[in-house]
Amino acid sequence: MLNDIFVAPFVDMFAAPDFLMQVLWEGLVSGILYALIALGFVLIYRSSRIFNFAQGIMVVFAALTLVGLHAMGVPAWICILLTLGVMFVLAVVIERVVLRPLVGQPDIILFMATIGITLFLIGLGEIIFGGENKVMITEELGIPTGSVLLEPFGGLLILEQKDITAVIVAALLVVGLLIFLNKTRMGRAIRALGDDHQAALSVGISLQTIWVLVWFIAGIIALVTGIAWGARAGVSFALEVIAYKALPVLMLGGLESITGAIIGGLMIGMLEKLFEIYWGQPLLGGNTETWFAFVLALIVLLFRPQGLFGERIIERV
Amino acid sequence: MPCPGGGACRRREIWNSCKRSKPMPDAENTQETLLEVNNIEVIYNHVILVLKGVSLSVPKGGITALLGGNGAGKTTTLKAISNLLHSERGEVTKGSIIYRGESVQDRDPAELVRKGVIQVMEGRHCFQHLTVEENLMTGAYTRRDGRAAVERDLEMVYDYFPRLKERRKSQAGYTSGGEQQMCAIGRALMSRPETILLDEPSMGLAPQLVEQIFGIVKSVNENEGVSFLLAEQNTNVALRFAHYGYILESGRVVMDGPAAELRENPDVKEFYLGMSDEGRKSFRDVRSYRRRKRWLA
Ligand SMILES: Nc1ncnc2c1ncn2[C@@H]1O[C@H](COP(=O)(O)OP(=O)(O)O)[C@@H](O)[C@H]1O
Ligand SMILES: [Mg+2]
Repeated sequence: MLNDIFVAPFVDMFAAPDFLMQVLWEGLVSGILYALIALGFVLIYRSSRIFNFAQGIMVVFAALTLVGLHAMGVPAWICILLTLGVMFVLAVVIERVVLRPLVGQPDIILFMATIGITLFLIGLGEIIFGGENKVMITEELGIPTGSVLLEPFGGLLILEQKDITAVIVAALLVVGLLIFLNKTRMGRAIRALGDDHQAALSVGISLQTIWVLVWFIAGIIALVTGIAWGARAGVSFALEVIAYKALPVLMLGGLESITGAIIGGLMIGMLEKLFEIYWGQPLLGGNTETWFAFVLALIVLLFRPQGLFGERIIERV
Repeated sequence: MPCPGGGACRRREIWNSCKRSKPMPDAENTQETLLEVNNIEVIYNHVILVLKGVSLSVPKGGITALLGGNGAGKTTTLKAISNLLHSERGEVTKGSIIYRGESVQDRDPAELVRKGVIQVMEGRHCFQHLTVEENLMTGAYTRRDGRAAVERDLEMVYDYFPRLKERRKSQAGYTSGGEQQMCAIGRALMSRPETILLDEPSMGLAPQLVEQIFGIVKSVNENEGVSFLLAEQNTNVALRFAHYGYILESGRVVMDGPAAELRENPDVKEFYLGMSDEGRKSFRDVRSYRRRKRWLA
């Protein structure tokens, strides 16, 4: 038994390093998407103290809109632009109708409001696009669908091109976001607002503008994850669950840490895959990916309540 | 002189009639009034009446001090002007606030910043996880006059506060109290303000540092022509650097006058500067002061 837990998995890893790389690659692909979604959560949380329950349904809604528009005969690339437009309108409407009237209410009320947004989007999505499963317009978007074969250590590593595309696009989006947050006036304003609301107001940063902006960013993230995940699993309301994978990422990374979201996402993506293949399947009959991340996060929280990378609270007067 | 401040002016005349010895400083006589607060009342949470009719005026190019003990209503007055009360569930229920002849009540704080009025909040409120330089740059958030102009002003701020230049890459949360105060003032300067509402800059700082910061405020006032409305508990320092002062108690202006006169006023000396002609203060003095105060109000 001990041998199965502590020795055999590592022996397997060393015996077939190419397979290990395959597992890590699969983990990386999901991990970077988790990271992206967690980043959307963090930005909204930092600038409005709202835990955005609707992030998952935004992924579904964005993917449905994209596919739905294409079904109406709109060219694929125009569909992307139009969907971005829809996500922007959604951000404006949410700010106007939900956030602005509720400003200053307790956090839990705002959280409930995002549950309301979720239910509303589920209903709206079903009315407009119907509830049946759809296929992501992967090829129409010009995403390559072949595979790349590599031969590390004399073994075999298969990388699907659409996964490679997803990783590259997601990585570019993360890097782009980091540059935006750190180097631009609006990005600085978002971070400033996260640090100190009153001071942000005092220098003339408008809450409304920033809120629309972060919800729009969350919308862009939703679209990208929707495309990437939809290309693997099809477009349905089940896509929502990918956003809930971001919860353990946030528990690990801390709700307020941008770095934490990125590293936490990648870690969870890879660890849950490793665990599934080397421990879950041989010892527990598989299907551990649904719960592994949560257990991992809980264990970490026992030792570090602020999460692994929770931004240190600077106490100094 | 016309009487913009209503009640405050009447009191001012009473005080001036017995005290006026020399003409008011130039800032008072020759220069226009930027900000006029007329008899405002502020209520928090719909029930707590905190300001009970405060009037004051801030002349262009002057340093006007708003003095008074803890809880007198200084911060509330400044926030009423800068429109930061809303997020504290406070509300101006009476009176008017006029900036350059225009009512500025119920505006967005951002609009006021664009008009040239910016507040430096009590307790500094730097953005802790942003670097000092990033903090300064957020001050330029509302500006639309281009990168070059902003860069020039950044250099100007560094000229006034060389210490900030040394610390520009440090996270603000890890800098000292004095550096954070400088950072907060510098940040306000980056908005190219006409008037800065400066709340308790001396709080928690060593006397030497307080002196240094007030010195810089004075030179900003003289060289850049920025007007200040300065809320302070530290009456002694504030009256040395200000041109004019208002004394606030329990939400009312109980006294006002040119700083030089306030410094010489026996009541101010006794109750705010901690010195007295008769030596120790007795309870009888306290009572008579209270009586006089009630009469004045
Ligand atoms: N947000 C608030 N809600 C209720 N009462 C407040 C609030 N802020 C300040 N007060 C009260 O208003 C009074 C004046 O406070 P403040 O303006 O901060 O005085 P100062 O700046 O002169 O110390 C105090 O009695 C304080 O308790
Ligand atoms: Mg105060």
